Amino acid sequence: MISLDINGHVHQVDADPTTPLLWVLREWVGMTGTKYGCGVAQCGACSVHVDGVVTRSCQLQLGDVGTAKITTIEGLSPDGLSHPVQKAWLDFEVPQCGYCQSGQIMAAAALLKENPRPTDADIDAAITNICRCGTYPRIRAAIHAAAQGGKV
Amino acid sequence: MGKISRLGRRGFLASVSAAAGGFSLGWTIPTAASAQTTGAEVGIWAVIHPDDTTVIRIARSEMGQGTLTGLAQMVAEELDADWSKVKAEYISPEANFSRNRAWGDMSTGGSRGIRASVPYVQKGGAAARLMLIEAAAKQWGVPAAECATADSVVTHTPSGRKLRYGELAAAAAQLPVPADPPLKTPAQWKLVGKGVKRLDTVEKLSGKLVYAIDVQLPDMLNAAVAQCPVFGGTVKSFDADKIKSMPGVRHVLKLDDSTLAVVADKWFQAKTALAALPIVWDEGANAHVNSKSINAFLAEGLDAKEAGVGHKVGDAPAAIAGAAKKIEATYATPFLNHATMEPMNCTAKFTGEQVEIWVGTQNGDAALAVAAEAAGLKLSQVKVNKHHLGGGFGRRGQQDYVRQAVQIAKQVPGRPIKLIWSREEDMQHGFYRPITQAKMTAGLDAQGNVTGLHMRISGQSILAYLLPSRMENGVDMVQFQGLIPGEFGYMAIPNLLVDHAMRNTHVPVGFWRGVNVNQNAVYLECFIDELAHATGKDPLEFRRTLLAKNPKQLAVLNAACAKADYGKPLPAGVFRGICQYTGFGSYTASVAEVSVSAKGELKVHRIVAATDCGYAVNPDQIAAQVEGSFAYGLSAALYSENTIENGRVVESNFDTYEVARMADMPKVETVIVASGGFWGGVGEPTIAVAAPAVLNAIFAATGKRVRSLPLKHVDLKKA
Repeated sequence: MISLDINGHVHQVDADPTTPLLWVLREWVGMTGTKYGCGVAQCGACSVHVDGVVTRSCQLQLGDVGTAKITTIEGLSPDGLSHPVQKAWLDFEVPQCGYCQSGQIMAAAALLKENPRPTDADIDAAITNICRCGTYPRIRAAIHAAAQGGKV
Repeated sequence: MGKISRLGRRGFLASVSAAAGGFSLGWTIPTAASAQTTGAEVGIWAVIHPDDTTVIRIARSEMGQGTLTGLAQMVAEELDADWSKVKAEYISPEANFSRNRAWGDMSTGGSRGIRASVPYVQKGGAAARLMLIEAAAKQWGVPAAECATADSVVTHTPSGRKLRYGELAAAAAQLPVPADPPLKTPAQWKLVGKGVKRLDTVEKLSGKLVYAIDVQLPDMLNAAVAQCPVFGGTVKSFDADKIKSMPGVRHVLKLDDSTLAVVADKWFQAKTALAALPIVWDEGANAHVNSKSINAFLAEGLDAKEAGVGHKVGDAPAAIAGAAKKIEATYATPFLNHATMEPMNCTAKFTGEQVEIWVGTQNGDAALAVAAEAAGLKLSQVKVNKHHLGGGFGRRGQQDYVRQAVQIAKQVPGRPIKLIWSREEDMQHGFYRPITQAKMTAGLDAQGNVTGLHMRISGQSILAYLLPSRMENGVDMVQFQGLIPGEFGYMAIPNLLVDHAMRNTHVPVGFWRGVNVNQNAVYLECFIDELAHATGKDPLEFRRTLLAKNPKQLAVLNAACAKADYGKPLPAGVFRGICQYTGFGSYTASVAEVSVSAKGELKVHRIVAATDCGYAVNPDQIAAQVEGSFAYGLSAALYSENTIENGRVVESNFDTYEVARMADMPKVETVIVASGGFWGGVGEPTIAVAAPAVLNAIFAATGKRVRSLPLKHVDLKKA
C-alpha cells in the first residue's frame, strides 16, 4: 500500500510503484477527471498539480510521488466552478468536446499562480497542451480575463 | 408525420431518463430534484416537467460542435419554451429503433446536425406548442385561436388568464400530435439567431463529465488490443503463457484474424502485458508498400487516360491546347489521422440475452447494429448508452472499436469490459484522410482571361473503401466536393473539366473533418492564385472576375476582404493571402496575414474567415466552429502527415504526428454573412479556407509556391 495525498484526502493505493500517477488516479482511486491522451507527455490532458507544480501525470510514477500534495481537476475548487480559471472558461465558453479541458484548466491555473499577468508570449510558452477542437483562441482570452479578474 | 401522431398518444413517461435509456449526465438532468419527477412527453421531442423544466431530446451526437445546443434551440424556438428551463438529453438508439426511428437519423457527420434535422425538429416543437395551447383552451373552454404562447406560458389573450407549460403538459400529452403545424417565419425567431450559452459547458470544467473512457461499472475488467501493424496482415502466432502471470492479467484473446486482446483488472495492466506479449504477424502482401511507392502510383494517375468525371463544361483540353499561354502545376496532400483527444474506446457487457454498450459514437444507430452483429443477437437485444465524444471529426462514424469491445465481452460473458485503444493503436489504425495529388492545368488568352481549366485529381476514394454502394457508375462523387455544379464558384470559366483517377491503396480511409474540401480547396485556390500572379492581376480582382456568375461566393469573399481591410497596407513584413470555397451547403472565404522571418519561420498573425451558412442558429457557436476548423486545418497545413513504410503507418503518437498548439494559433475573426433562405453546415465548411489562404500569403511573403503539404518539410527561407 502506498499513501497518496490527493485534493487534501489521503488515499491508500495497492498498485505497482511503477504505475503512472495518471492511471493510479483513474483506475485505482476512481477519479476520472484527469484524462489519458497520449501517455508520452505530449498532450497535457493528464495535467495535475504536484505540490503546486503543473505535472503531466502520465510520466510520474506512483513510487516517486512520496509525500507530495496532488491536486486534480476535481480538487481545483470546492464546487468545480469557482476557481477564477473555471469562471473565465464558463464566461468565454471555452470547451468544445471538453476532453482536454481538465488539463488546460490545470495548466492555466498553474500559470496564473506563478505569473498573475501573463503576456501572449507567456501563454504560448506555458500552455503547450493539445486541443484538437481548436479552443486555443478562447483559452488565451479566458486566461487574460482570469488574470484581470484578480486573485488566482 | 403519421408515425409521430401515434407516438404522441403515449402520454406520461415514468421518467424520461429511464424510458429513453438515457443516463445521469449533468447536462441531461438538472441538479434540482424537479427533473427526477414525472415529466410528460408532449410530442416526441420534448418532455415537460411540472416545474416547466423542458427536456429536449437529441438524436445526433455532441462531439464539441454544439449541435446539442443548436438543436435544442430549434425545438425550443417553435415550442416557445423558456430557454432558462431547457435541458437536453440523448434519445437512445434502442428507443429510436423500437419506435421505428421516430427521431430520425442519428448519424452525426457531414455538418448535417442541424441542416438535415431542421424540418422535423421544427415541426416537433411547433406541434408540442399547439398541443399545449389546445390543452389550455379546453381547460378554459375557449377557442384555441384566442391563445398565445411565450416563455413556457399559454395566455388567453382576451381574459389575460395564464397557465404554465408545466401545468398543461400532462393533459397536452394525451392529445393527438398535429401532423403539419405552421412554423414561425425567420422574422419571428427569438432564440434562433441568438448566441445563447451552450447547455453542456459546466460539467466540462470540473472533470465531472463522464466520457465513455471514464465509465466505471461493478466488476468491470479492462482490455487493450493489438492489431496487425500492416493493414491486411494477420496473426500468425502468439504466446499467451508468457504474460499470464503478469499483474492483473485475466485473459489473452484472439478477436479476429488480425486482432489480439489482453483483458486485465486495470487497463494499464492490460496495456503493459500486451506490450510484453510475443506476437508473430503474417504481414501479408502489403508489407512492401511505402509512401514512395504510393506517391508513384498516384503520380501515374495524373496523366492516366481513364478518369471519372465530376464536372464538365465545354471542352477544357481543347481550350487549353489552343490557348495563348498554358499554366500547369502539380499538388499533393498526405494521409491524415483524426487524432481525437479521447482515443477510441467502448465498454461492453454481454449476458447471452443482451449486450449493453457504453460508447462515444457519431452514429448511434450503427453502433447498435454493429453490437448486435458482433454479439450474434437481435437488434432488440442491444442497449446503447451514448456518451459525449472526446472529439469525433469523422473517426467515430466508424464502429470498429464497438465491434471489438463486443467481441471481447462475448468471450468474457457477464462482466463489463472496457476496451481502450492506446494512442499508438489509435494513430496506426485509423480511417485516414485520403492521400491525393492533383494536376492543375489552365489556358489563358492574350488578355489573361482563363479560357479553360482542367483539374485532375489522382488518389484514394473514401466511398470505394467504406460505402461502395454509393458510387455512381464507378465514380466517387464525394471526391469532387466543392467542385461540382452548384458548388464550384468559378462558373465564368468557359471550359472546365474536373476528373478523378481513382488510385486506391491498402490503407483504410475515411471521412476526416471537411473530407475532400480540404485537399480540393488547396489545389484549386492555390492554383487560382498562381493564375492571378501569371496574369499580373490582384488575387481578389482576379477572383471577382471569375466569380461573376456566382453571387453567393462573391459576396462572402467580399465580406471577408472588407473585414480584413484588403488593399490597405499591413505592417512591414506581413503579407496577405485569400481564398474562397464552397462545401457542406455553406459559402466560405478567408484572408490570412502571415510573416516569414529571414530564417524561414512562419507566423500566422491573423485570420478573417467569413461564412454564409444561410441561417445562423447560434452565432457564438458558429464562431467557435470557425476558430476550431482553422486549428484543425492549420494542423494539417503546418505539421501533420501519416507516412507508410513496410506497409504500416510510421507515426505513432503526438511526438511524430505533430499538431497545432497555442503558439501556432492566429487570432481568428469570424464574419457571419447569413444571407438567409437556406440551412448550411457549420462544423466543416470553413476548414476548406484554412490552408489555401495561408499558402497564398506565404507566396506573397516569399515568392515560394508550396504545392506539397505539410509545410514543415518546406524551407521557407527567401531564395
